[in-house]
Amino acid sequence: MKLMWFHLMPYTELPEDFRERHPSVWVDIHSSLFDPKRAHHMYNDFMDELEFAADCGFDAICVNEHHSNGYGLMPSPNLIATALARRTDDVALCVMGNSLALYNPPTRVAEEFAMIDVISGGRLIAGFPVGTPMDTCFAYGQNPSMLRERYLEAHDLVLRAWTERETFAFNGRFNQQRYVNIWPRPVQQPHPPIWIPGGGSVETWQWCARMDYVYCYLSYYGYKAGKATMDGFWAEMQRLGKDRNPYRAGFLQFVGVAESREQAIELYSEPAEYFYGRCLHVDPRFAAPPGYSTEATQRAGLESQVKQVASAQTLIAEQRRQRTSVTMQDIVDRGYVVVGTPDQVVEQLREVAGSLNVGHLMLLLQFGNMNKDLTQYNTRLFAEKVMPKLKGMFPDWEDRWWPRPMARGERAAPAALAPRLAAE
Amino acid sequence: MSQPETITLDLNGFPTRIWRKGQGPVLGFLAGFGGLPRWVPFLDRLAERRTVIVPSLPGFPGGDRGHSVLDSHLDWLLATRQLLVAAGLEGADLAGSSVGASLAAEMAAVWPQAVRRLALIAPFGLYDEEDPPADPWAQRAEVLPGLLTADPETWRALKALPESANSVEWPIEQTRAAEAAARIFWPLGNTGLERRLPLIKAPTLLLWGAEDRIMPRSYAARFAARLGGPNETRIIPGAAHLAELDQPDAVARAILDWTE
Repeated sequence: MKLMWFHLMPYTELPEDFRERHPSVWVDIHSSLFDPKRAHHMYNDFMDELEFAADCGFDAICVNEHHSNGYGLMPSPNLIATALARRTDDVALCVMGNSLALYNPPTRVAEEFAMIDVISGGRLIAGFPVGTPMDTCFAYGQNPSMLRERYLEAHDLVLRAWTERETFAFNGRFNQQRYVNIWPRPVQQPHPPIWIPGGGSVETWQWCARMDYVYCYLSYYGYKAGKATMDGFWAEMQRLGKDRNPYRAGFLQFVGVAESREQAIELYSEPAEYFYGRCLHVDPRFAAPPGYSTEATQRAGLESQVKQVASAQTLIAEQRRQRTSVTMQDIVDRGYVVVGTPDQVVEQLREVAGSLNVGHLMLLLQFGNMNKDLTQYNTRLFAEKVMPKLKGMFPDWEDRWWPRPMARGERAAPAALAPRLAAE
Repeated sequence: MSQPETITLDLNGFPTRIWRKGQGPVLGFLAGFGGLPRWVPFLDRLAERRTVIVPSLPGFPGGDRGHSVLDSHLDWLLATRQLLVAAGLEGADLAGSSVGASLAAEMAAVWPQAVRRLALIAPFGLYDEEDPPADPWAQRAEVLPGLLTADPETWRALKALPESANSVEWPIEQTRAAEAAARIFWPLGNTGLERRLPLIKAPTLLLWGAEDRIMPRSYAARFAARLGGPNETRIIPGAAHLAELDQPDAVARAILDWTE
């Protein structure tokens, strides 16, 4: 089992009355709420936390891409990942990921990911999300009716750019490039492992199966809400004749661990309520640009009330169902955040990983306005008391989707690591 | 209100609905945002004096998934042109609303012989930074009807599930109409039509709902100032963006008078 430490990089100082006074945390969040000098500290704290997680022995540290978003300060996760590559040595770098249709030309993604892979000595996991409607269609102005076709074509272009040995011409429907020849080329051959974060669309599952990619369900609503989606995923894998290798899948889960359950509730209530109250306050008018959801996905959603259209619509609808003051009680009861003592968390996460059959658990141990001290406490306690008891899960399965870095002895020893080593 | 005759023809491999009703000289109509999932009183008014021909635009109700193969503005213009010719509207009077009005204007600009007289209801395609259009694709579901028609119930009635319809496919078809409009006009910016307006020599009637909350009324003057032929502007009281749905009698009368 792989335990991966994920950071969303939320702006931690949204005002208390944010929900009442502002329509949305995303797309048109007001610039007056952003204090660059405070954000300077946030970024540096966040990167400290990611590096700390690497030091604690997590298998991967994960970053992602959002635009015009008050809970995701990484328009370019590649910048962060590159800085992390210089300050870490063995940990995998999971960039979850680059929304391919937003890059013109998409070979930019092939180049930047290859750079991260080369600088890190082959530690990159290359995530290719379509991207949310808020990010892609509104903040980045992409046409929702062509987004998926552009995404798929960009994927083909990036893959060819990584794998073809000769300069080639790409004559696509949306992209024409006469001379494709990226420098640098990735360390991992033929290319870094590709992971696809997605909602619950059958087409995405089928595509992941066909391409042999990892499917990641990155929901903020925890394992109880995620069960139906992951069940659907595995049913589709079975239908397609694929094995139940848990490493085909990734799943995101918020976790707060402490000495006692009461202490955990006390410590993590504020950051959890901050996240579910303020950070997920998205104006529903940005949820469903027409064409973003395929007709097959719409049909599946309309035909069955059980199998929801897992997408931004669900996210925002769920958030709107919540009362203004979403309480820690709700958050814990619904399984959004797993809290408790190390043993209680072990028990719950075994249940999560087992029932969802997920070998890549992506953990949000920083969420909302959680400060660095608490984040590091949560991270260290998890690493020391929880991780050892989960690592051994799924011993019979091979993770074919994990980075294959250069051997340690072949890799550079970046000067960026030296001051830390000297201080120890 | 009797139903029209329905003809289905092939456009780029997609079955495409053509409605036809009435007698007299031919008059074409290209529908607006959301398209026409059902026959409406406005078309009956036109059919009282003319042979009304209503081709469905690609991706709009009756237009199947025709939008899915149109990637550029030129693709849309050529598809519309093929459709008009196939529907027997070459050289005829042409009216359009919103999305359809923008395409009707393009037809008259690019193929001047294709259109005799033109009537445009609040066309898309121009963008004024001082007075931007509303974004019809970024609206809460409960707000949109009141933006498109003066009485929100008018839009809701247009889109309501008929008893005979498939309850899964019907809503998908309505979303598809919004997607098709997005495919050509997203994010409702400047399509370049402004530069082509001087090429329109056909006499043009501009109709605008007095309460248009999508395309502000100021755009009527912007169009009028750039059109290359004789034109008139008429504001329709009690109407919003889809004025033909709000005030079918007044809008139909204005178009009939203009094209006679």
